[in-house]
Amino acid sequence: MTTTVTPAVLKPPTVPRRRTRKRWTRLVSPLVLLVVWEAAARTGVLPPEKVPAPSLVAETGWRLAADGQLTTHLLDSLTRALIGLGIGGSLAVVLAAAAALLRIGDDTIDPPVQMARMLPHLGLVPLLIIWVGIGEELKISLVALGSFFPLYFNTYAGIRDIDQRLVEAARTCGLNQWQLLRHVVLPGALPSLFLGLRLAIGAGWLSLVVGEQVNAQTGIGFLMMEAREFAQTDVVVLGLVIYALLGLISDVLIRFLEKRTLTWRRGLQAT
Amino acid sequence: MATRPASDLTVSDLHKAFGDTVVLDGASLTVGRGEVVALLGGSGSGKSTLLRILAGLDADAGGTVDVPPDFGVVFQEHRLLPWKRVADNVALGLHGADARTRALAALTEVGLGDRGDAWPAELSGGQAQRVAVARALVREPSLLLLDEPFGALDALTRLRMQQLLERLRARHGFAALLVTHDVDEALLLADRALVLESGRIAEEITVPLPRPRHQDDPGFSGLRRHLLDRLGVPAV
Repeated sequence: MTTTVTPAVLKPPTVPRRRTRKRWTRLVSPLVLLVVWEAAARTGVLPPEKVPAPSLVAETGWRLAADGQLTTHLLDSLTRALIGLGIGGSLAVVLAAAAALLRIGDDTIDPPVQMARMLPHLGLVPLLIIWVGIGEELKISLVALGSFFPLYFNTYAGIRDIDQRLVEAARTCGLNQWQLLRHVVLPGALPSLFLGLRLAIGAGWLSLVVGEQVNAQTGIGFLMMEAREFAQTDVVVLGLVIYALLGLISDVLIRFLEKRTLTWRRGLQAT
Repeated sequence: MATRPASDLTVSDLHKAFGDTVVLDGASLTVGRGEVVALLGGSGSGKSTLLRILAGLDADAGGTVDVPPDFGVVFQEHRLLPWKRVADNVALGLHGADARTRALAALTEVGLGDRGDAWPAELSGGQAQRVAVARALVREPSLLLLDEPFGALDALTRLRMQQLLERLRARHGFAALLVTHDVDEALLLADRALVLESGRIAEEITVPLPRPRHQDDPGFSGLRRHLLDRLGVPAV
Protein backbone atom coordinates (compact mmCIF):
# COMPACT_ATOMS: atom_id res chain seq x y z
CA MET A 1 0.00 0.00 0.00
CA THR A 2 2.90 2.36 0.69
CA THR A 3 3.80 2.41 -2.98
CA THR A 4 0.43 3.96 -3.87
CA VAL A 5 0.69 6.59 -1.13
CA THR A 6 4.16 7.89 -1.96
CA PRO A 7 3.46 9.23 -5.48
CA ALA A 8 0.34 10.98 -4.26
CA VAL A 9 2.40 12.82 -1.64
CA LEU A 10 5.11 13.70 -4.12
CA LYS A 11 2.72 14.98 -6.76
CA PRO A 12 2.12 18.63 -5.74
CA PRO A 13 5.79 19.84 -5.95
CA THR A 14 6.18 18.41 -9.46
CA VAL A 15 3.44 20.62 -10.90
CA PRO A 16 5.17 24.04 -10.64
CA ARG A 17 8.46 22.55 -11.76
CA ARG A 18 6.87 21.24 -14.92
CA ARG A 19 5.34 24.65 -15.62
CA THR A 20 8.66 26.52 -15.38
CA ARG A 21 10.34 23.93 -17.58
CA LYS A 22 7.63 24.37 -20.19
CA ARG A 23 8.08 28.15 -20.24
CA TRP A 24 11.81 27.73 -20.59
CA THR A 25 11.44 25.34 -23.55
CA ARG A 26 9.56 27.99 -25.47
CA LEU A 27 12.70 30.13 -25.48
CA VAL A 28 14.86 27.45 -27.10
CA SER A 29 13.92 27.83 -30.76
CA PRO A 30 14.22 31.66 -30.89
CA LEU A 31 17.62 31.42 -29.19
CA VAL A 32 18.77 28.74 -31.61
CA LEU A 33 17.63 30.91 -34.51
CA LEU A 34 19.62 33.86 -33.13
CA VAL A 35 22.73 31.73 -32.70
CA VAL A 36 22.43 30.33 -36.24
CA TRP A 37 21.94 33.86 -37.59
CA GLU A 38 24.98 35.12 -35.67
CA ALA A 39 27.10 32.22 -36.87
CA ALA A 40 25.98 32.63 -40.47
CA ALA A 41 26.82 36.34 -40.39
CA ARG A 42 30.20 35.81 -38.74
CA THR A 43 31.28 33.12 -41.20
CA GLY A 44 30.19 35.20 -44.17
CA VAL A 45 27.37 32.90 -45.27
CA LEU A 46 25.11 35.94 -44.90
CA PRO A 47 26.79 38.93 -46.59
CA PRO A 48 27.13 41.71 -43.91
CA GLU A 49 25.83 44.40 -46.29
CA LYS A 50 22.56 42.44 -46.65
CA VAL A 51 21.99 41.09 -43.13
CA PRO A 52 24.17 42.22 -40.20
CA ALA A 53 24.90 39.94 -37.26
CA PRO A 54 22.50 40.29 -34.30
CA SER A 55 25.44 41.24 -32.09
CA LEU A 56 26.25 44.13 -34.45
CA VAL A 57 22.60 45.29 -34.34
CA ALA A 58 22.68 45.21 -30.55
CA GLU A 59 25.96 47.11 -30.55
CA THR A 60 24.56 49.77 -32.89
CA GLY A 61 21.48 50.03 -30.69
CA TRP A 62 23.68 50.56 -27.65
CA ARG A 63 25.77 53.18 -29.43
CA LEU A 64 22.73 55.15 -30.67
CA ALA A 65 21.07 54.92 -27.28
CA ALA A 66 24.23 56.13 -25.54
CA ASP A 67 24.55 59.31 -27.62
CA GLY A 68 20.82 60.10 -27.17
CA GLN A 69 19.89 59.82 -30.87
CA LEU A 70 17.68 56.80 -30.31
CA THR A 71 15.71 58.45 -27.49
CA THR A 72 14.93 61.53 -29.62
CA HIS A 73 13.69 59.45 -32.54
CA LEU A 74 11.80 57.06 -30.30
CA LEU A 75 10.05 59.88 -28.43
CA ASP A 76 9.04 61.53 -31.70
CA SER A 77 7.63 58.28 -33.02
CA LEU A 78 5.78 57.61 -29.76
CA THR A 79 4.32 61.12 -29.71
CA ARG A 80 2.99 60.72 -33.25
CA ALA A 81 1.54 57.32 -32.40
CA LEU A 82 -0.16 58.56 -29.23
CA ILE A 83 -1.63 61.72 -30.78
CA GLY A 84 -2.83 59.78 -33.83
CA LEU A 85 -4.30 57.02 -31.72
CA GLY A 86 -5.93 59.56 -29.42
CA ILE A 87 -7.63 61.38 -32.29
CA GLY A 88 -8.57 58.32 -34.35
CA GLY A 89 -9.53 56.24 -31.33
CA SER A 90 -11.77 58.75 -29.58
CA LEU A 91 -13.45 59.63 -32.88
CA ALA A 92 -14.03 55.91 -33.50
CA VAL A 93 -15.56 55.26 -30.07
CA VAL A 94 -17.83 58.31 -30.19
CA LEU A 95 -19.05 57.66 -33.74
CA ALA A 96 -19.48 53.92 -33.14
CA ALA A 97 -21.48 54.59 -29.97
CA ALA A 98 -23.69 57.06 -31.80
CA ALA A 99 -24.20 54.63 -34.69
CA ALA A 100 -24.87 51.65 -32.44
CA LEU A 101 -27.19 53.39 -29.98
CA LEU A 102 -29.18 55.85 -32.08
CA ARG A 103 -31.20 55.01 -35.17
CA ILE A 104 -30.38 58.35 -36.77
CA GLY A 105 -26.71 57.75 -35.98
CA ASP A 106 -26.85 54.33 -37.60
CA ASP A 107 -28.49 55.79 -40.73
CA THR A 108 -26.11 58.71 -41.11
CA ILE A 109 -22.76 57.51 -39.76
CA ASP A 110 -22.53 53.84 -40.63
CA PRO A 111 -22.96 53.95 -44.45
CA PRO A 112 -20.09 56.39 -45.14
CA VAL A 113 -17.83 54.55 -42.67
CA GLN A 114 -18.62 51.24 -44.36
CA MET A 115 -17.75 52.79 -47.73
CA ALA A 116 -14.55 54.38 -46.46
CA ARG A 117 -13.49 51.07 -44.97
CA MET A 118 -13.09 49.70 -48.48
CA LEU A 119 -10.35 52.28 -49.18
CA PRO A 120 -6.89 51.01 -48.23
CA HIS A 121 -5.94 53.94 -46.01
CA LEU A 122 -2.24 53.68 -46.81
CA GLY A 123 -3.19 54.27 -50.45
CA LEU A 124 -4.41 57.69 -49.39
CA VAL A 125 -0.86 58.97 -48.84
CA PRO A 126 -0.68 60.97 -52.13
CA LEU A 127 -4.04 62.61 -51.42
CA LEU A 128 -3.11 63.27 -47.80
CA ILE A 129 0.14 64.93 -48.90
CA ILE A 130 -1.91 67.31 -51.06
CA TRP A 131 -4.34 67.97 -48.20
CA VAL A 132 -2.13 68.28 -45.13
CA GLY A 133 1.38 68.48 -46.57
CA ILE A 134 4.33 66.31 -45.63
CA GLY A 135 4.81 67.47 -42.04
CA GLU A 136 3.67 66.06 -38.73
CA GLU A 137 0.03 66.29 -39.82
CA LEU A 138 0.58 63.59 -42.42
CA LYS A 139 1.99 61.09 -39.94
CA ILE A 140 -0.67 61.81 -37.35
CA SER A 141 -3.48 61.63 -39.93
CA LEU A 142 -2.21 58.27 -41.13
CA VAL A 143 -2.07 56.84 -37.61
CA ALA A 144 -5.52 58.25 -36.83
CA LEU A 145 -6.95 56.74 -40.02
CA GLY A 146 -5.31 53.40 -39.38
CA SER A 147 -6.54 53.11 -35.81
CA PHE A 148 -10.04 54.44 -36.52
CA PHE A 149 -11.53 51.51 -38.41
CA PRO A 150 -10.69 48.54 -36.16
CA LEU A 151 -11.86 50.44 -33.10
CA TYR A 152 -15.02 51.69 -34.81
CA PHE A 153 -16.14 48.26 -35.99
CA ASN A 154 -15.35 46.45 -32.76
CA THR A 155 -17.05 49.08 -30.60
CA TYR A 156 -20.11 49.04 -32.86
CA ALA A 157 -20.31 45.24 -32.79
CA GLY A 158 -19.64 45.15 -29.04
CA ILE A 159 -22.56 47.47 -28.30
CA ARG A 160 -24.88 45.70 -30.72
CA ASP A 161 -24.06 42.29 -29.25
CA ILE A 162 -25.19 43.25 -25.75
CA ASP A 163 -28.03 40.99 -24.65
CA GLN A 164 -31.26 42.99 -25.03
CA ARG A 165 -32.74 41.08 -22.10
CA LEU A 166 -30.09 42.51 -19.77
CA VAL A 167 -30.95 46.01 -20.94
CA GLU A 168 -34.63 45.35 -20.25
CA ALA A 169 -33.91 43.98 -16.78
CA ALA A 170 -31.77 47.01 -15.98
CA ARG A 171 -34.55 49.31 -17.17
CA THR A 172 -37.02 47.64 -14.81
CA CYS A 173 -34.57 48.53 -12.01
CA GLY A 174 -35.27 52.17 -12.81
CA LEU A 175 -32.03 53.04 -14.62
CA ASN A 176 -32.16 56.11 -16.84
CA GLN A 177 -30.39 56.34 -20.21
CA TRP A 178 -27.15 57.62 -18.75
CA GLN A 179 -27.05 54.93 -16.05
CA LEU A 180 -27.84 52.27 -18.66
CA LEU A 181 -24.86 53.48 -20.65
CA ARG A 182 -22.61 53.36 -17.62
CA HIS A 183 -23.72 50.10 -15.99
CA VAL A 184 -24.81 48.00 -18.96
CA VAL A 185 -23.61 49.27 -22.33
CA LEU A 186 -20.04 50.26 -21.46
CA PRO A 187 -19.10 47.16 -19.43
CA GLY A 188 -20.92 44.95 -21.91
CA ALA A 189 -18.98 46.39 -24.84
CA LEU A 190 -15.66 46.52 -23.00
CA PRO A 191 -14.28 43.15 -24.18
CA SER A 192 -14.86 44.18 -27.81
CA LEU A 193 -13.45 47.62 -27.09
CA PHE A 194 -10.22 46.08 -25.85
CA LEU A 195 -10.00 43.84 -28.89
CA GLY A 196 -10.55 46.89 -31.09
CA LEU A 197 -7.90 48.82 -29.21
CA ARG A 198 -5.32 46.09 -29.71
CA LEU A 199 -6.06 45.93 -33.42
CA ALA A 200 -6.06 49.73 -33.61
CA ILE A 201 -2.63 49.96 -32.03
CA GLY A 202 -1.31 47.40 -34.50
CA ALA A 203 -2.76 49.33 -37.43
CA GLY A 204 -1.47 52.59 -35.93
CA TRP A 205 2.12 51.32 -35.81
CA LEU A 206 1.84 50.08 -39.38
CA SER A 207 0.61 53.49 -40.52
CA LEU A 208 3.41 55.19 -38.63
CA VAL A 209 6.04 53.05 -40.37
CA VAL A 210 4.69 54.16 -43.75
CA GLY A 211 4.16 57.78 -42.67
CA GLU A 212 7.66 58.20 -41.26
CA GLN A 213 9.19 57.16 -44.55
CA VAL A 214 7.71 60.22 -46.24
CA ASN A 215 10.01 63.16 -45.70
CA ALA A 216 10.40 62.81 -41.95
CA GLN A 217 13.23 64.58 -40.11
CA THR A 218 12.92 62.49 -36.95
CA GLY A 219 11.45 59.20 -35.85
CA ILE A 220 12.37 55.55 -36.14
CA GLY A 221 11.19 55.47 -39.76
CA PHE A 222 13.44 58.42 -40.62
CA LEU A 223 16.34 56.69 -38.90
CA MET A 224 15.79 53.68 -41.13
CA MET A 225 15.40 55.66 -44.36
CA GLU A 226 18.53 57.66 -43.63
CA ALA A 227 20.48 54.50 -42.82
CA ARG A 228 19.35 52.96 -46.09
CA GLU A 229 20.94 55.82 -48.04
CA PHE A 230 24.24 55.17 -46.33
CA ALA A 231 23.79 51.39 -46.59
CA GLN A 232 23.87 51.03 -42.80
CA THR A 233 22.01 47.73 -42.72
CA ASP A 234 22.53 47.37 -38.97
CA VAL A 235 20.53 50.57 -38.31
CA VAL A 236 17.74 49.43 -40.66
CA VAL A 237 17.43 46.11 -38.84
CA LEU A 238 17.62 47.94 -35.51
CA GLY A 239 14.62 50.07 -36.58
CA LEU A 240 12.67 46.94 -37.42
CA VAL A 241 13.51 45.42 -34.04
CA ILE A 242 12.35 48.59 -32.29
CA TYR A 243 9.06 48.64 -34.21
CA ALA A 244 8.51 45.00 -33.25
CA LEU A 245 9.34 45.68 -29.59
CA LEU A 246 7.00 48.69 -29.49
CA GLY A 247 4.18 46.57 -30.90
CA LEU A 248 4.89 43.82 -28.41
CA ILE A 249 5.06 46.15 -25.42
CA SER A 250 1.83 47.92 -26.27
CA ASP A 251 0.08 44.59 -26.72
CA VAL A 252 1.29 43.31 -23.35
CA LEU A 253 0.17 46.57 -21.76
CA ILE A 254 -3.33 46.33 -23.19
CA ARG A 255 -3.60 42.70 -22.17
CA PHE A 256 -2.59 43.63 -18.65
CA LEU A 257 -5.26 46.36 -18.57
CA GLU A 258 -7.77 43.90 -19.98
CA LYS A 259 -7.04 41.39 -17.24
CA ARG A 260 -7.42 44.04 -14.57
CA THR A 261 -10.71 45.38 -15.93
CA LEU A 262 -12.41 42.19 -17.00
CA THR A 263 -12.06 40.25 -13.75
CA TRP A 264 -15.62 39.02 -14.10
CA ARG A 265 -14.54 37.00 -17.10
CA ARG A 266 -11.86 35.31 -15.05
CA GLY A 267 -14.60 34.43 -12.58
CA LEU A 268 -16.41 32.91 -15.53
CA GLN A 269 -13.41 30.81 -16.46
CA ALA A 270 -12.76 29.77 -12.88
CA THR A 271 -16.05 27.93 -12.54
CA MET B 1 -49.04 58.40 -1.48
CA ALA B 2 -51.54 59.20 1.31
CA THR B 3 -54.52 57.93 -0.62
CA ARG B 4 -53.52 54.69 -2.20
CA PRO B 5 -56.02 53.39 -4.76
CA ALA B 6 -57.94 50.25 -3.89
CA SER B 7 -56.19 48.37 -6.64
CA ASP B 8 -52.49 48.33 -7.35
CA LEU B 9 -52.82 47.52 -10.99
CA THR B 10 -55.55 48.21 -13.49
CA VAL B 11 -55.44 47.16 -17.09
CA SER B 12 -58.33 47.63 -19.42
CA ASP B 13 -58.97 46.78 -23.03
CA LEU B 14 -55.40 45.87 -23.90
CA HIS B 15 -54.67 45.28 -27.58
CA LYS B 16 -51.47 44.06 -29.14
CA ALA B 17 -50.65 42.51 -32.49
CA PHE B 18 -47.42 41.32 -34.05
CA GLY B 19 -48.04 41.95 -37.73
CA ASP B 20 -51.27 40.14 -38.58
CA THR B 21 -51.20 37.98 -35.46
CA VAL B 22 -53.43 39.42 -32.77
CA VAL B 23 -51.97 38.47 -29.39
CA LEU B 24 -54.04 40.57 -27.02
CA ASP B 25 -57.60 41.46 -27.94
CA GLY B 26 -59.24 43.48 -25.22
CA ALA B 27 -57.70 41.92 -22.11
CA SER B 28 -58.69 43.60 -18.84
CA LEU B 29 -57.65 42.79 -15.31
CA THR B 30 -57.02 44.28 -11.89
CA VAL B 31 -54.76 43.31 -9.06
CA GLY B 32 -55.81 44.57 -5.64
CA ARG B 33 -53.44 45.84 -2.94
CA GLY B 34 -51.46 42.94 -1.55
CA GLU B 35 -53.28 40.49 -3.78
CA VAL B 36 -51.53 37.71 -5.69
CA VAL B 37 -53.10 37.03 -9.06
CA ALA B 38 -51.97 34.19 -11.29
CA LEU B 39 -52.27 34.62 -15.02
CA LEU B 40 -52.54 31.24 -16.70
CA GLY B 41 -52.51 30.49 -20.36
CA GLY B 42 -51.19 28.05 -22.89
CA SER B 43 -47.94 28.58 -24.70
CA GLY B 44 -48.26 31.56 -27.06
CA SER B 45 -51.42 32.83 -25.38
CA GLY B 46 -49.86 36.25 -24.89
CA LYS B 47 -49.43 36.13 -21.12
CA SER B 48 -45.77 37.10 -21.25
CA THR B 49 -46.54 39.85 -23.74
CA LEU B 50 -49.14 41.22 -21.33
CA LEU B 51 -46.59 41.30 -18.52
CA ARG B 52 -44.00 42.99 -20.75
CA ILE B 53 -46.53 45.72 -21.54
CA LEU B 54 -47.19 46.22 -17.81
CA ALA B 55 -43.44 46.44 -17.14
CA GLY B 56 -43.16 49.19 -19.76
CA LEU B 57 -41.01 47.07 -22.06
CA ASP B 58 -43.46 47.11 -24.96
CA ALA B 59 -44.37 50.61 -25.95
CA ASP B 60 -46.77 50.19 -28.85
CA ALA B 61 -49.79 48.47 -27.33
CA GLY B 62 -53.36 49.79 -27.27
CA GLY B 63 -55.41 50.19 -24.13
CA THR B 64 -55.05 51.79 -20.73
CA VAL B 65 -52.52 50.60 -18.20
CA ASP B 66 -52.27 51.89 -14.65
CA VAL B 67 -49.23 50.45 -12.90
CA PRO B 68 -47.82 51.79 -9.64
CA PRO B 69 -44.42 53.43 -10.12
CA ASP B 70 -42.75 51.16 -7.58
CA PHE B 71 -42.91 47.74 -9.18
CA GLY B 72 -40.30 45.02 -9.46
CA VAL B 73 -39.92 42.43 -12.19
CA VAL B 74 -38.57 38.88 -12.08
CA PHE B 75 -38.08 37.19 -15.44
CA GLN B 76 -37.85 33.52 -16.32
CA GLU B 77 -34.08 33.91 -16.72
CA HIS B 78 -32.24 35.64 -13.90
CA ARG B 79 -30.90 38.40 -16.20
CA LEU B 80 -28.12 39.41 -13.82
CA LEU B 81 -25.34 41.56 -15.26
CA PRO B 82 -22.35 39.19 -15.54
CA TRP B 83 -19.87 42.04 -14.98
CA LYS B 84 -21.26 43.05 -11.59
CA ARG B 85 -20.86 41.14 -8.38
CA VAL B 86 -24.06 39.77 -6.86
CA ALA B 87 -24.49 42.60 -4.33
CA ASP B 88 -23.90 45.24 -7.02
CA ASN B 89 -26.50 43.55 -9.21
CA VAL B 90 -29.05 43.80 -6.40
CA ALA B 91 -28.05 47.41 -5.71
CA LEU B 92 -28.48 48.35 -9.38
CA GLY B 93 -30.44 51.59 -9.62
CA LEU B 94 -30.43 52.20 -5.85
CA HIS B 95 -29.32 55.59 -4.59
CA GLY B 96 -27.79 56.73 -1.36
CA ALA B 97 -25.04 55.62 0.95
CA ASP B 98 -27.03 52.69 2.33
CA ALA B 99 -27.51 51.07 -1.10
CA ARG B 100 -25.09 48.26 -0.35
CA THR B 101 -26.54 47.64 3.12
CA ARG B 102 -30.00 47.39 1.63
CA ALA B 103 -28.76 45.05 -1.10
CA LEU B 104 -27.11 42.77 1.45
CA ALA B 105 -30.26 42.79 3.58
CA ALA B 106 -32.32 41.74 0.55
CA LEU B 107 -29.78 39.00 -0.22
CA THR B 108 -30.01 37.76 3.37
CA GLU B 109 -33.76 37.54 3.00
CA VAL B 110 -33.41 35.13 0.09
CA GLY B 111 -30.75 33.17 1.99
CA LEU B 112 -27.72 34.45 0.09
CA GLY B 113 -26.33 37.01 2.50
CA ASP B 114 -22.86 35.49 2.25
CA ARG B 115 -22.68 35.47 -1.57
CA GLY B 116 -22.66 39.23 -2.14
CA ASP B 117 -19.11 39.20 -3.49
CA ALA B 118 -19.62 36.28 -5.90
CA TRP B 119 -19.89 36.74 -9.65
CA PRO B 120 -23.26 35.73 -11.15
CA ALA B 121 -21.49 33.06 -13.21
CA GLU B 122 -20.44 31.33 -10.00
CA LEU B 123 -24.04 30.76 -8.84
CA SER B 124 -26.34 27.84 -9.51
CA GLY B 125 -29.57 28.42 -11.43
CA GLY B 126 -31.65 28.50 -8.27
CA GLN B 127 -29.25 30.86 -6.49
CA ALA B 128 -29.16 33.24 -9.46
CA GLN B 129 -32.96 33.30 -9.53
CA ARG B 130 -33.01 34.09 -5.81
CA VAL B 131 -30.67 37.02 -6.49
CA ALA B 132 -33.12 38.16 -9.18
CA VAL B 133 -35.91 38.03 -6.58
CA ALA B 134 -33.73 40.03 -4.16
CA ARG B 135 -33.07 42.60 -6.90
CA ALA B 136 -36.81 43.03 -7.39
CA LEU B 137 -37.50 43.14 -3.63
CA VAL B 138 -34.79 45.59 -2.61
CA ARG B 139 -36.85 48.55 -3.81
CA GLU B 140 -39.68 47.40 -1.51
CA PRO B 141 -42.19 47.39 -4.36
CA SER B 142 -45.92 47.45 -3.85
CA LEU B 143 -46.28 45.20 -6.89
CA LEU B 144 -44.17 42.35 -8.26
CA LEU B 145 -44.48 41.30 -11.89
CA LEU B 146 -43.34 37.69 -12.20
CA ASP B 147 -42.88 36.18 -15.65
CA GLU B 148 -42.69 32.41 -15.11
CA PRO B 149 -40.05 33.12 -12.48
CA PHE B 150 -39.46 29.47 -11.57
CA GLY B 151 -40.11 27.91 -14.98
CA ALA B 152 -36.45 27.23 -15.74
CA LEU B 153 -35.66 25.59 -12.39
CA ASP B 154 -35.68 21.93 -11.45
CA ALA B 155 -38.73 20.59 -9.61
CA LEU B 156 -37.21 20.61 -6.11
CA THR B 157 -35.73 24.10 -6.43
CA ARG B 158 -39.05 25.31 -7.81
CA LEU B 159 -40.91 24.08 -4.72
CA ARG B 160 -38.42 25.83 -2.45
CA MET B 161 -38.72 29.06 -4.45
CA GLN B 162 -42.51 28.91 -4.24
CA GLN B 163 -42.27 28.60 -0.46
CA LEU B 164 -39.76 31.47 -0.38
CA LEU B 165 -42.10 33.70 -2.37
CA GLU B 166 -44.97 32.82 -0.05
CA ARG B 167 -42.86 33.75 3.00
CA LEU B 168 -41.68 37.01 1.45
CA ARG B 169 -45.20 37.99 0.53
CA ALA B 170 -46.45 37.31 4.04
CA ARG B 171 -43.68 39.54 5.39
CA HIS B 172 -43.80 42.40 2.88
CA GLY B 173 -47.41 42.30 1.73
CA PHE B 174 -46.67 43.17 -1.89
CA ALA B 175 -49.20 42.49 -4.60
CA ALA B 176 -48.09 40.21 -7.41
CA LEU B 177 -49.07 39.27 -10.91
CA LEU B 178 -47.68 35.80 -11.51
CA VAL B 179 -47.56 34.68 -15.11
CA THR B 180 -47.30 30.91 -15.21
CA HIS B 181 -48.30 27.82 -17.12
CA ASP B 182 -48.16 25.73 -13.96
CA VAL B 183 -51.65 25.21 -12.53
CA ASP B 184 -50.29 23.86 -9.23
CA GLU B 185 -48.08 26.90 -8.80
CA ALA B 186 -51.06 29.19 -9.43
CA LEU B 187 -53.21 27.36 -6.88
CA LEU B 188 -50.44 27.30 -4.27
CA LEU B 189 -49.61 30.98 -4.46
CA ALA B 190 -52.51 32.98 -5.86
CA ASP B 191 -55.61 34.52 -4.36
CA ARG B 192 -57.16 34.59 -7.80
CA ALA B 193 -56.38 32.82 -11.04
CA LEU B 194 -57.10 34.20 -14.49
CA VAL B 195 -57.01 32.25 -17.74
CA LEU B 196 -55.90 34.14 -20.82
CA GLU B 197 -57.40 32.78 -24.02
CA SER B 198 -57.68 34.29 -27.49
CA GLY B 199 -56.24 37.54 -26.25
CA ARG B 200 -58.69 38.16 -23.41
CA ILE B 201 -59.39 36.93 -19.90
CA ALA B 202 -61.67 33.95 -20.47
CA GLU B 203 -61.98 32.70 -16.91
CA GLU B 204 -61.54 34.04 -13.44
CA ILE B 205 -61.66 31.97 -10.28
CA THR B 206 -60.90 32.88 -6.70
CA VAL B 207 -58.83 30.38 -4.77
CA PRO B 208 -60.53 30.08 -1.37
CA LEU B 209 -58.00 27.63 0.12
CA PRO B 210 -56.47 28.62 3.50
CA ARG B 211 -52.72 29.26 3.71
CA PRO B 212 -50.24 27.68 3.87
CA ARG B 213 -51.52 25.56 1.05
CA HIS B 214 -50.64 22.09 -0.05
CA GLN B 215 -51.48 19.97 -3.05
CA ASP B 216 -53.25 17.46 -0.73
CA ASP B 217 -55.69 20.06 0.63
CA PRO B 218 -59.37 19.26 0.08
CA GLY B 219 -60.66 21.34 -2.77
CA PHE B 220 -57.24 21.66 -4.41
CA SER B 221 -57.73 18.86 -6.92
CA GLY B 222 -61.19 20.08 -7.89
CA LEU B 223 -59.85 23.55 -8.73
CA ARG B 224 -56.85 21.97 -10.47
CA ARG B 225 -59.13 19.82 -12.64
CA HIS B 226 -61.28 22.79 -13.50
CA LEU B 227 -58.33 24.96 -14.56
CA LEU B 228 -56.72 22.17 -16.56
CA ASP B 229 -60.00 21.60 -18.40
CA ARG B 230 -60.12 25.32 -19.11
CA LEU B 231 -56.55 25.20 -20.46
CA GLY B 232 -57.42 22.42 -22.85
CA VAL B 233 -55.97 19.48 -20.91
CA PRO B 234 -59.06 17.28 -20.25
CA ALA B 235 -58.96 14.31 -17.89
CA VAL B 236 -58.25 11.02 -19.62
